[in-house]
Amino acid sequence: MNQTLDSSRLATGSQANAQQTGANLGHPQIVRGITRATLRKDLRLEWRSKDAINSMLFFSLLVVVVFSFSFDPSAEESRQIAGGLVWVAFLFAAVVALNQTWARELRNQVLDAYRVSPAPPNSLFMAKVLGNFIFVAVLETLMTPLFIMFYRLRALGPAWPLLLVAAFGTWALVVNGTFFAAMSIRTRSREIMLPLLLFPISIPALLAMVQATTSILNGEGARFWIVLLVTYDLVFTTTCLLLFETVLNAE
Amino acid sequence: MKRAFPILGILTAVLLVYALYMALVGAPTEQTMGSVQRIFYYHVPSALIGFTLFFINFGASIYYLIKRCATADIVALVCAEVGIVFLTVNLVTGPIWARPVWGIWWTWDMRLTSTLVLWLIYVSYLFLRRFSSSGQTPLLAAALSVLGALCVPFVYFSIWFFRTQHPQPVMGGGGSIDPRMMHVLLLNWLAFSCFAFLVCWSRYRLEKVQREVDEAHALRSLNG
Repeated sequence: MNQTLDSSRLATGSQANAQQTGANLGHPQIVRGITRATLRKDLRLEWRSKDAINSMLFFSLLVVVVFSFSFDPSAEESRQIAGGLVWVAFLFAAVVALNQTWARELRNQVLDAYRVSPAPPNSLFMAKVLGNFIFVAVLETLMTPLFIMFYRLRALGPAWPLLLVAAFGTWALVVNGTFFAAMSIRTRSREIMLPLLLFPISIPALLAMVQATTSILNGEGARFWIVLLVTYDLVFTTTCLLLFETVLNAE
Repeated sequence: MKRAFPILGILTAVLLVYALYMALVGAPTEQTMGSVQRIFYYHVPSALIGFTLFFINFGASIYYLIKRCATADIVALVCAEVGIVFLTVNLVTGPIWARPVWGIWWTWDMRLTSTLVLWLIYVSYLFLRRFSSSGQTPLLAAALSVLGALCVPFVYFSIWFFRTQHPQPVMGGGGSIDPRMMHVLLLNWLAFSCFAFLVCWSRYRLEKVQREVDEAHALRSLNG
């Protein structure tokens, strides 16, 4: 308790100092440098332990298998349903990754140390978001062949727009998820708060991802959905960046 | 101020009774749907009041983020709670109305889906309030309210496009409304708005007293 009080006072003090020398600390090079360093640390830790990737992969696989019990589709049917199934599986797997985002920082009081330091909080946020994005992207790359195999998927038109949908959709999930994960570390029932907060707000993005995937698989255009996803990403990334410092220092 | 509450209470009670009479007896019977249509006088005002309260919640949250004023936080909490109640009334009366008239309980059309998503967002807001520790609750809740409000236009656009691609039956369709029905609708809206205001006021006072009590407890335990 005393430790937290001291570190918060120190944090306010050094925040004040940081404000005075704010011009230097907000410098893009410094922000990028800190982001890169934090991201490299997270990736290295993950590479050595492979905790998140392993649990995400296995969880995704389980979801795919359980879903496959629910229907035995023809190629035509699976094209209609696969969009939803794929994104539900990726959503649940992403939640597994997001839940452990901040856990490591809490365990060793790294988060307190970060708040006390004059480093800009947005670098930490961006590093976490990029790290999670990479993890979920790796998961999606590994799971996609499995999906194609299990559900006999075949796109009727060009399939490359699916990459856009995957990229922007994953970013939408990950940026909101990292923000809500930071919020939920201060709550009871940490693990359940994240999906409770994330799912309602992600509904427009999820609808866009699912509909875009279904449209592309069926050979129709998905331009509206991709534009919606991009707009959603822009708006929510900006808002999360603006509000992250408030949430991080909420004490 | 203390006297205003009972006076307003009596006024609201009178208004509600009159509005109930007008809705169930006074208003003309609708020609196709019959008396079932009268639920409209509860269904629409509850939606309007719910949306208004959520809008006030958004405003109060922004104000809290800028000024860190405790009153704004209480206003946000109160509006969210009462707003959810009204929106629940809306979401329940909707299927009750739809079943005898259109034969289906629910459909994923534009209005219903977006109302449901808004309800979900605000229920998650209340969960956050309940589960977070009391020091940080106002800030975290205000941040969530801002994000939720920003989500609303996206909800509308995405579901609108979704529904133009896959048309579904629209419940409570358009068309013109008899002016006498409009009068009864406005009357019910006024009566329920007064009721909502009374409930919010009472909840506000309750929350303020609760916080004072909590603070007194905390001070006492600090002082030994």
